[in-house]
Amino acid sequence: MSLLEVENLRVTFPTRKGPAEVVRGVSFTLGRERLGIVGESGSGKSQTGRAILGLTPPPGAATADRLSFDRTDLRSLSAKQWRGLRGKRMSMVMQDPKFSLNPVMPVGKQLMEVLRTHGAGRAAAREKALQMLDAVQIRDPERVFRAYPHELSGGMGQRVMIAMMLVSEPDLLIADEPTSALDVTIQIEVLRILDKLVSEQGMGLIFISHDLRLVSSFCDRVLVMYAGRVVEELKASELHQAQHPYTQGLLNCLPQIDEDRHPLPTLDRDAAWAD
Amino acid sequence: MLSVDNLEVTFAFGTDEVRAVRGVSFNVQQGESYGIVGESGSGKSTVLRAICGLAPVSGGRVTLDGVDIPAPRTPDFYRRVQMVFQDPYASLHPRHTIDSVLSEPLSIQGFDRRDERIAQALEEVGLGQGFRFRYPHQLSGGQRQRIAVARALILEPQILLLDEPTSALDASIQAEVLNLLDRLRAERGLTYVMVSHDLAVISHMCERLVVMEHGLAVEELTRADLRSHRAETDYTRKLLKASAGYTREDEPA
Repeated sequence: MSLLEVENLRVTFPTRKGPAEVVRGVSFTLGRERLGIVGESGSGKSQTGRAILGLTPPPGAATADRLSFDRTDLRSLSAKQWRGLRGKRMSMVMQDPKFSLNPVMPVGKQLMEVLRTHGAGRAAAREKALQMLDAVQIRDPERVFRAYPHELSGGMGQRVMIAMMLVSEPDLLIADEPTSALDVTIQIEVLRILDKLVSEQGMGLIFISHDLRLVSSFCDRVLVMYAGRVVEELKASELHQAQHPYTQGLLNCLPQIDEDRHPLPTLDRDAAWAD
Repeated sequence: MLSVDNLEVTFAFGTDEVRAVRGVSFNVQQGESYGIVGESGSGKSTVLRAICGLAPVSGGRVTLDGVDIPAPRTPDFYRRVQMVFQDPYASLHPRHTIDSVLSEPLSIQGFDRRDERIAQALEEVGLGQGFRFRYPHQLSGGQRQRIAVARALILEPQILLLDEPTSALDASIQAEVLNLLDRLRAERGLTYVMVSHDLAVISHMCERLVVMEHGLAVEELTRADLRSHRAETDYTRKLLKASAGYTREDEPA
């Protein structure tokens, strides 16, 4: 049974020149697996993730023929019903920990806030928060618990973000470029944490990234987005058999450590891809 | 040509001291492209900033053709050495047109034929005259980075210091900018010192590189060493492995 079903998702923003559609009919289903959504800036990948959580920023609007999470229709939820779902059963990790954590509240308090909102007692919340910090491999959870976000490095901050999204053990996690701001070695550690949560807790993960190679080494399945549409869906292991010229171009234009190609092939965009 | 000997940079905040660069040495030959790789906080950008006078040098020497470079840096120095910064969204003045961005270095250095030079610089980075009177917000990230390259090249320098020139750009745009840098180096016989966290980019662009960690140079490699994964230190090996992508079987580090 699939956890999330999305059919014909559209996100539009009004502009002076009339409505601009940034997501144009995206459909997919997600089980308890790792799904990657890849695309370049402006391809609509982040807006897709936000729309699923009902977080399309006004004045934008999201519509879909079908948008259901674990048999709940997400299109007709009231604000109160959303609050019961978001943070508890479905969560999102944003790109930059610097902008997503409250700068004037200690990390531990922010973690406890999530749990308290969803009905945990103070002592239980504290214990659970420490446990989650430990789970994301923070070596000294007690210290980090008391620390303010500015006292943490980027990698630590991102782990705290992940811990915060995971304290409530959600069924679905949407990670929007969770590792783009991090160094490669830390990136791998963060991915390992996410990987473990998918395999051990049976969480569904949507991993949004611009890094095709990283996504293909980490996810089970990859959707490639271009100009608001999914141009290709692939098994991650079959990435090198990509059919669409955009996917091929995206793969080809990356420099490789053990290859010498001068000049690098560039991407010739075809107007037809957007149709 | 450019030689950095035991360079140290210390930032002092009150009584606190941060030793960002702790004794880094390398030599860059004429016409060579030299890479500096490391993770955030390794001091790689600080080395570049110290060379062009934007960070306080607290020890060691930087020489250009065997002559100590003067502190503070003179206009003559900037005539020969120019820098391209990481973020094209932050490095161009939002209220200056491309024309005034490009004419400022020319007027500082007292160049003649400014009109022609600006036109030529725009052509060389593949943008053309149509961009001349636009503002940065009317340009995409890749176009902005081309302007930043044009601004550095308009003084016809010999050495270009490149601080993560493509890390803020999409993959397809990165390829275009790297190709542009490659072509310009071949045409003008430029010398590059390029900083990046991306081993693949450095391997593509540079003949030799140094790996930095916590302000120290841990290892110097040639491109061939990098390609055949002949790394001496654990840190470099770890970087190489992480650059290859995620592997499921791995044990946690």
